[in-house]
Amino acid sequence: MIDFVDLWVYLSGSQLLWLSATLVAYLAADSLSGATGRHPLVNPVLIAVAFVALLLVASGTSFQTYFAGAQFIHFLLGPATVALAVPLIRHLPQVRRALVPLLAALVAGSVTAIVSAVLLARLLGLDRAAMLALAPKSSTAAIAMGIAEKTGGDPALTAVLVILTGISGAIVVTPLMNGLRLKNYAARGFAAGLASHGIGTARAFQVDPLAGTFAAIALGLNGLLTAVLVPLLLPSLLP
Amino acid sequence: MLAAFATLLVCQLAGEAIVRTASLPMPGPVVGMMLLFALMVARAPLPGGLGDTADGILKHLSLLFVPAGVGVVQQLDRLGQDGIRLVAVVVISTVIALAVTALVFAAFAKALGADDFTGQRDERA
Repeated sequence: MIDFVDLWVYLSGSQLLWLSATLVAYLAADSLSGATGRHPLVNPVLIAVAFVALLLVASGTSFQTYFAGAQFIHFLLGPATVALAVPLIRHLPQVRRALVPLLAALVAGSVTAIVSAVLLARLLGLDRAAMLALAPKSSTAAIAMGIAEKTGGDPALTAVLVILTGISGAIVVTPLMNGLRLKNYAARGFAAGLASHGIGTARAFQVDPLAGTFAAIALGLNGLLTAVLVPLLLPSLLP
Repeated sequence: MLAAFATLLVCQLAGEAIVRTASLPMPGPVVGMMLLFALMVARAPLPGGLGDTADGILKHLSLLFVPAGVGVVQQLDRLGQDGIRLVAVVVISTVIALAVTALVFAAFAKALGADDFTGQRDERA
């Protein structure tokens, strides 16, 4: 007779269980997303995260135990970022033609993302620590945490805000762009990558390969520009 | 496929090494992407199947954010008593940044006559 408690104790500590759980949760979330015709509200990242988080809470599993298994998926973010060079090369003629709009949108968007976050935080009476963590929120997590460290913000809080920015951007981008009647998919994708980094880029690739390519360019360029702009803009934005 | 994946990893490794040595303010994989881009522009002999491998990874880019997202759920109390206001700032600021970026891009593209980017979008999305 198998002792299920023993079996669970063995499996719940193994990397295999949480690696499998992450893949299955994502596959379920992705098929839900597919079944709704990729409805923006049915965001696969959000749903898969919710599934796994519920599972961790219900089973009393620590994040450390979970991440020991999930790290193999997390690790692939590196090679995936490198792989973005491929769609970039494929769409190089379009990118060349859109160079001026792209650079104008980069500067306008990057400044807007930083200034609006800090000013809204002031308006809502949030403290200085919150403003420092919010300023780099549109850049990719690794860059945003580095910026927060430099400006004296809390990198862990910044990481939370960066992921929330990514998920909210991925959910809101399609209805917002439709509302603005924007049919330029390079512009739509570029905005998704600029304002909501990798998660916005994943959403853009879900909609259209050209949009995804411009999102990837925005993700890279805005990471760099945010690192330059936040230290420059902060002194005049902080109370 | 194996050679293509090794190419991605080696580019990332070189990127990490460059960032570390030159203390650049950007992540290693972003520099790795620029390296691979430069190699492809220079028509360096790269393994066949690189395109398919890249497509395979990028097709499920969303999956790769799940572990980090779960980490955030564990840290939600980090938002503290300011949670609702912080989320409000994130959402409103993201909407404004999205709109400004897309509108500026589209306006410049239109003025320059480079706005035929209708894409091949999935009509359902």
